[in-house]
Amino acid sequence: MDAPKQVYREEAFELLSDLEDALIELEQQPGDLDTVNRIFRAMHTIKGSGAMFGFDEIATFTHTIETVYDLIREGKLSVDEDLISLTLRSCDQIKAMLSASEGEGQADDALTLEISSAFKRLIPAEPDDAAQNARCGISEGGEQEIDEKVEATFRIRFRPHRELFQNGTNPVPLLNELRSLGHARIICHLKDIPDLHEIDPEACYTSWDIILTTDKDDNVIRDVFIFVEHVSDIEITLIDDSNGIEEEEYKKIGEILFDRGDISLSDLENILGRQKKIGEMLVESGKARRSEVQSALVEQEHVRELRKKRVAASVGEGASSIRVASHKLDSLVNLVGELVTVQARLSQLSAQKDDTDLTLVSEEVERLVAELRDNAMGMRMLPIGTIFAKFKRLVRDLSTELGKEVNFTTSGEETELDKTVIDKLGDPLVHLIRNSIDHGIESPDARKAAGKPAEGTIRLTAEHSGAHVLISVSDDGAGLDTEAIRSKAIEKGLISPDAAMSEKDLFELILSPGFSTAKSISKVSGRGVGMDVVTSSIESFGGTVEIASVRGRGTTITLKLPLTLAIIDGLLVTISDEFFVIPLNAVVECIELSDEDRRHTHGRNLARVREEIVPYIPLREAFALGGGKPSIEQVVVTEVGERRIGFVVDKVVGQHQTVIKNMGKFLRHVDGVSGATIMGDGTVALILDINKITQQSEYMEASMNAAGHHA
Amino acid sequence: MSKKILAVDDSASIRQMVCFTLQREGYEVIEASDGRDALSKIGASAVNMVITDLHMPNMNGVELIQALRANPSFKFTPIVMLTTESHQDKKDMGKQAGATGWIVKPFKPEQLIAVVKRLLG
Repeated sequence: MDAPKQVYREEAFELLSDLEDALIELEQQPGDLDTVNRIFRAMHTIKGSGAMFGFDEIATFTHTIETVYDLIREGKLSVDEDLISLTLRSCDQIKAMLSASEGEGQADDALTLEISSAFKRLIPAEPDDAAQNARCGISEGGEQEIDEKVEATFRIRFRPHRELFQNGTNPVPLLNELRSLGHARIICHLKDIPDLHEIDPEACYTSWDIILTTDKDDNVIRDVFIFVEHVSDIEITLIDDSNGIEEEEYKKIGEILFDRGDISLSDLENILGRQKKIGEMLVESGKARRSEVQSALVEQEHVRELRKKRVAASVGEGASSIRVASHKLDSLVNLVGELVTVQARLSQLSAQKDDTDLTLVSEEVERLVAELRDNAMGMRMLPIGTIFAKFKRLVRDLSTELGKEVNFTTSGEETELDKTVIDKLGDPLVHLIRNSIDHGIESPDARKAAGKPAEGTIRLTAEHSGAHVLISVSDDGAGLDTEAIRSKAIEKGLISPDAAMSEKDLFELILSPGFSTAKSISKVSGRGVGMDVVTSSIESFGGTVEIASVRGRGTTITLKLPLTLAIIDGLLVTISDEFFVIPLNAVVECIELSDEDRRHTHGRNLARVREEIVPYIPLREAFALGGGKPSIEQVVVTEVGERRIGFVVDKVVGQHQTVIKNMGKFLRHVDGVSGATIMGDGTVALILDINKITQQSEYMEASMNAAGHHA
Repeated sequence: MSKKILAVDDSASIRQMVCFTLQREGYEVIEASDGRDALSKIGASAVNMVITDLHMPNMNGVELIQALRANPSFKFTPIVMLTTESHQDKKDMGKQAGATGWIVKPFKPEQLIAVVKRLLG
């Protein structure tokens, strides 16, 4: 039983018995106004509460009776015996209705109607049902809304009177309520705030302009201000509805100000004579306050944006998307890449020729090519949600197979990523999710024992972070067992038994090949392939893998991926007249390296960068390039994983937009070079794979050391 | 800390409905059955909002609003009156006395919440 309903029933029965008493009293003293009031109030409460607790029939029924007694109260009707007995009959009827609502017997609908119409006949013809509905402080949201959702933009000027605060009004919730209606921009006017010694701290000096785009009509907006209507001036003007597509430009700032009555037409014309930013001029000349101009500017911007969007939408209508074979897009991007190269050559040429006309054309082409490039790249971007969906099935199947209860949630499906990256992402993510279900989430019994809900949660999220996208798989399972990892790593000979390692380093061990701590090998995972496959495939396209875990609380594995693979920002360097590109996202800083610096370190390849020792790799030697080295070389300090490594080059040329070209078939296995790019003048620059170079020279160092020990 | 609302009405069912609705929204509710009861209960603790009926025995809503507005601690407290009258004059008396807003009975729980949110934020 619904408790409030029960309370209502009890209360209604009480009121009814009181009502009967009053009616009998009234019969004896027909002129007693107090008694009439008593009856009116009882009826009123029965009606009012009835409507609130869902006794709509009772409410409608009593409404008529209440109206009659209201008339009696006002002396427009007189009490007679018929009325009393009719009212008494209605009391019985209400009781019957109350009982019926409890499931006891049934109220006679015909009788209800009969009594009702008997009362109605007593009311002089002026039905005020409409007024009844209109008085309500809050309109009943959904019911009164127009079915078609047409967006319109309103200018709302809210100028509270000084005494706004006196009745306990706080304007902030009102503004927030407006904000909740749609897209709102609020400008606050502070110009009326007097000097400190004149301020009445209990008065409101602030006023607001609100530009609101909403699908609600102006009644809903008016409704927000219903409690402050009498203590403020409110002006609501429709400034844009959805039909104004053909009208490209929205009003000029001066027109808006004039429209609002902030300035006069002569002010406007006077000012327009001079040529300067109109808003600035109006402020300078004191014709308009800065905040007024600001507010008009906001309005202009708001509506312009809106119209632009609408035009874009109307253009896009009918053909929201088309399917294109991905190789076509690839060749488009390739062509754009070529174009970028040619454009660079054109720029270089025009700079040499020093011809104004040529420079003009060249700059124009540069701008267009840049735009074209961004567009072409954008076409290859796909929302990552396309691969998220298929994991739901995977999780469902796996969790049933392993007897675990898993709730799988995803977020950031709309995050866009280059198609080629997305294509390569499927398998690594499958591995990660498998791992989470198999190793991460405990069995339902174990979870309950640990005080966790039986159902585990795996979250797959994607988000933008600068030029990267972060994709993480997190579970609320057991977390990584550092001790198990350590002993396993010792057993496999990956670390020495006495190695002191941070938690982070231990976590990273699970990314190494042949590592698996699962106690038993299940069908799903645990063969020791997986994490290292994930790492190598993510690294192959310039991403990194990070692990965070709390024992007993869960594990989060985050993949940091580049937005696109086709174009990178690179740092162009030269070594004996050869060009090379180092990916800019890895570069930390550049320092100089003189012969003297070299002597200080006694031939060891170490540089001191702000009290930190940074090992460096002389690329000239690494690539066995000839030519004389300059007396002062440059070290490009990069961040490889967690470490800093320097690369020694002859000269740093500068930043370079690098269109990546794959190496030909025969050169694909060349280590240390991840691709090539064509420079403006047609020369080829190799793109360095700094991870590989670092690994190689570490390997060489290690083997040389080993050789040294043997000797 | 949850916001505290004083609900004043002589009808137990209305009080219960108000109480139930507001508590479900996370507000703390103190109940009083009339103006006098309200003043005695409010004395001890600060409230963020008052919701009061107008028609009540002992001390009616208008008198309660006047009494509250005269007290510096409640000068700026939002006060919502529950008007049941089909006449404008009661509402005007309430406004005159310093009511912040009103709800016309009968009302639905969603309407109550909308008004409370509009005034309390």
